[in-house]
Amino acid sequence: MLIYILKRLGLALIVALTVSVIAFALLRASGDIATALAGEGATPESIAVIRQTYGLDRPVVVQYFAWLWDVARGDFGQSFFFRTDVAGLIFGKIGNTLILGGASLAIALALSIPLGVLAAIYSGSMIDRAVTMFSLLGQALPSFFLGLALIMIFAIRLRWFPASGTDGWRNFVLPAVTLGYYITPPFMRLVRAGMIDALNTDYVRTARAKGLPARRVVFKHALRNALVPVVGLVAVQLGLLMGGSVVVESIFALDGLGYLAYQSISYRDFPVLQAVVLLLSLAYVVLTLLSDIINAWLDPRLRAA
Amino acid sequence: MFLRPLMLAAALACSTAGLAHAQAADNTLRFAYNQTLESPNPYFTTLRLGVIVGRNAWDTLIARDNDSGEFSPLLATEWIWADDTTLDLTLREGVTFHDGSDFDADDVVATLTYAADPANGIVSQQIASWIASVEKTGPLSVRIKAKAPTPAAMEYLSTQLAIFPAGYFTGPQGATSAPLPVGTGPYKFDSYAPGGELLLSRFEGYFADSPKTGAKIDKVSIRIVPDIQTQLADLMSGGVDLIMGLPRDQADQLSQMPGVQVVSGETMRIVFLQMNTTDTGQEALKDKRVRQAINHAIDRKSISENLVGQGSTVINAICFQDQFGCTQDVTSYDYDPEKAKALLAEAGVSGLTVSLAAYRERHISEAIINYLAEAGITAQLQFMQPAAMRDAMRAHQVDMMQNAWGAYSMFDASATAPVYFGAQPDDNNLDPELKTIFDQAGATMDAEQRKALYAQGFEKIAAEAYAVPMFTLPVQYAGAEGLSFQTYPDEILRFWEMSWQ
Repeated sequence: MLIYILKRLGLALIVALTVSVIAFALLRASGDIATALAGEGATPESIAVIRQTYGLDRPVVVQYFAWLWDVARGDFGQSFFFRTDVAGLIFGKIGNTLILGGASLAIALALSIPLGVLAAIYSGSMIDRAVTMFSLLGQALPSFFLGLALIMIFAIRLRWFPASGTDGWRNFVLPAVTLGYYITPPFMRLVRAGMIDALNTDYVRTARAKGLPARRVVFKHALRNALVPVVGLVAVQLGLLMGGSVVVESIFALDGLGYLAYQSISYRDFPVLQAVVLLLSLAYVVLTLLSDIINAWLDPRLRAA
Repeated sequence: MFLRPLMLAAALACSTAGLAHAQAADNTLRFAYNQTLESPNPYFTTLRLGVIVGRNAWDTLIARDNDSGEFSPLLATEWIWADDTTLDLTLREGVTFHDGSDFDADDVVATLTYAADPANGIVSQQIASWIASVEKTGPLSVRIKAKAPTPAAMEYLSTQLAIFPAGYFTGPQGATSAPLPVGTGPYKFDSYAPGGELLLSRFEGYFADSPKTGAKIDKVSIRIVPDIQTQLADLMSGGVDLIMGLPRDQADQLSQMPGVQVVSGETMRIVFLQMNTTDTGQEALKDKRVRQAINHAIDRKSISENLVGQGSTVINAICFQDQFGCTQDVTSYDYDPEKAKALLAEAGVSGLTVSLAAYRERHISEAIINYLAEAGITAQLQFMQPAAMRDAMRAHQVDMMQNAWGAYSMFDASATAPVYFGAQPDDNNLDPELKTIFDQAGATMDAEQRKALYAQGFEKIAAEAYAVPMFTLPVQYAGAEGLSFQTYPDEILRFWEMSWQ
């Protein structure tokens, strides 16, 4: 098990490093950062001052390794755009993204588990088809569309929730529903498939034969087993939530990490973007790793693979 | 993406309720803007929002009267040019900063010396690079020495050179140990989160003799909302009270709504097409007749009226009418596609293909392309990021460039003409005569002589048809019912003039 974990850890590190190299290269290929930072009508002298100030006159490879060395020591540098400490900037915003991620996941699970169970119990019926359609809609609707539709209904028409901002819990409701609904389908499908399998197993048949109430059979015996793969998926979907928050936070002007990523892309704020990309890729990699470890722990055959 | 305007239209249609005015009750103004402020310090931002915050939270030494265009006292009560490069100023007594400290000559010396030092890296170097030295001549008097005669000095001193308390800056790039920015303006900072909300409140200790006195709104909350649809939703649901920069079609829809007021304000931002006549440009563009043909081929009036809308004015010279030295009384080219074709034929040019770079107002680019096509010219659009376009322009890599120039909100032609025609990096004609004219205009302190030189320069640009002057761009504002606000060509919101009715 330890060797397996070490192997996966090594692979995870390589993935994170590769992502950081690609992000670094892509950003540099998108144009001269100093010119972008200098703003409208900047003179060549201003641009030269900026280039020198931020060390952008050094070879790209040197810049990358200098950045990597600083990161290894916990120094993410200074934001070009906000002229403030990147770590502090991220620290100030990550809380909102975690709240949004947690709330979205809770909504996704609250929707997918009952719906998945319902679809499995009534497999092949109208209920199953309706649930599948509802789930498909979640995957097909772009988040900006759903976000704006929710704003239209709940902010403009009913005025239950604000359209944007980060003032309190009410600001998180519409973004969390938008993001949560987006990740509901994979959970729902997994619960449905797991439940259909579980309901056809010998132990469920035995439980039914023993005369246990149907509710107990479904929720205690079948669902507990059907939920095992969902745990693994939660880890992966959390990574997806972090990435998906870029669009949702921008629509709802929620002051989080995704919104910060959006801003740093717009303003080519290289140190912030690089740090956010590294953080998101690390989160994804660590969560996937956790998911692998949980699965390997649950299924010893995977450890040998 | 066509879904989004459709959704907005639906939202407009379904919203019938009036706006909630809790903000009016607590005398607060909530303003949403679509671009993130990189710094609350006006020396370290080029964004319009930064200029707006700068003007409301800080004061300059001199003010500029919006109506007459004349300079008037602000932090300085008197000033005199001792000679072409020496400006003596007497400072106002009894002014206090937001942190309670008194304003005096030390603050002016410290701020201007800091701004003028390139090592400190203020983003618009040109606003202070003309300063050779600043010395204290008394507790409330200073002497500014310019490196050379700088006619635009008064413009810089009245618009951009905001005064900070001495000791505020602790290092380059705006480094400071102060928890919040400190100025003397009518509004002071209550809180600021990078990329988040900025909260201002009325400064009760603001000096009574200021032209910016009399602020009525207690608090101003500024939030960054990047999505225009979300901004509109916020406005309609009472989450914000004022937004600016609406696309015209959405402004038109919104203006039909009860409870919302839409205002179209002319700005000093001008749209014009530059033509590259350097060696790397399209050979045909070196022929004046071809450039004249391009001028005749585009119906500027029609684009201005139909695509840009109310608040847009057609221009003949590459400057804004209210800028000192600007004259629109120059050679102009009517829309005449037949004449354009005749000029092209006369120049022996047929099947001309040019590259056209643009970074904003794509719908205008598309219209220009269609008009050029009617005259037999194929324009290949290269739509790019502003920085990428600037790189391409400065490397003279494109034939035509669609610019939208705001002139740093400076009411002086020196912020426009020399930038594009005075052999500066963005110049794509490099006409030595124009360089001489604009250099002279930038070095003489005699107002009449400067006007004459700029007039000569603008006429030369028009006669040579180096560019296609198009029109001014308006900005659409939308405010909640009951909010009294006025717009200005410099796109600066004066919070101190606003009130709830």
